[in-house]
Amino acid sequence: MIAEALVVSAILFTIGVVGVLTRRNALIIFMCVELMLNAVNLSFVAFAKMHGVEGHVFVIMVMTIAAAEAAVGLAIVISMFRHFRSVDLSQLRLLRD
Amino acid sequence: MNSFYQFQFYLFSLLAIVSALLFVTRRNPVPAALWLVNVMFALSGLYVMLDAPFVGIIQVLVYAGAIMVVFVFVVMLLNLGRTELTDLRALGARLGAGIVGIALIANLLVILRDPLPRTGLAPAVENVVAPFATSLFTDYLLAFELTSIVLLVAIIGSVLLAKKRVRA
Repeated sequence: MIAEALVVSAILFTIGVVGVLTRRNALIIFMCVELMLNAVNLSFVAFAKMHGVEGHVFVIMVMTIAAAEAAVGLAIVISMFRHFRSVDLSQLRLLRD
Repeated sequence: MNSFYQFQFYLFSLLAIVSALLFVTRRNPVPAALWLVNVMFALSGLYVMLDAPFVGIIQVLVYAGAIMVVFVFVVMLLNLGRTELTDLRALGARLGAGIVGIALIANLLVILRDPLPRTGLAPAVENVVAPFATSLFTDYLLAFELTSIVLLVAIIGSVLLAKKRVRA
């Protein structure tokens, strides 16, 4: 079952990458990043079945960082929407006012 | 491995992949977020089947219960639920993304031509939390403590970024 889990993980990661590369909506891109983190978590859990419980520790760490990343990223999205009235990343060309 | 286990494993895998495809093809952020929640639930089922029920519970609590709720909350706060005409990038970027995707999946799957070692399976244990907690609070204690600092910085940073600026 480990090989099958790794295949699922690879497919989910690729879907996330393609989503990040093709979309312009900042929220969708953030969700695709979350999907990629989840795919990596799945391969960590699959390898933990072979190599012991350390994989689960890594998964918890990844989830913590994902929560922090979501909070900061969504704050940036809110701030960007206040400024540009849009979450379209193709309109975001300047880092200043 | 009995066949019912395999059937359930493939069922959850199929659910995860189909939900992910539906998620990435939605235009509107709200259905996209809900399909992503579906992916999280399917993955939590896979975690339980891979002898990690604690991680599965945390997956439902943290990802489906907290992170995705924050996403939907931001969509509601910014009133982004309207369906835009399209938010795809230009054709060249889409073709490039397709090539990158095919190359990446080929890269990841070519590793599986070498069979994984079947001998080194860790035995399933009855008490799932104790070995995990022992590892987390002894070997990885420093990393565990550092994540608290990361979370504190993230809280301060997000409050600073999202607060309204008062014009002086």
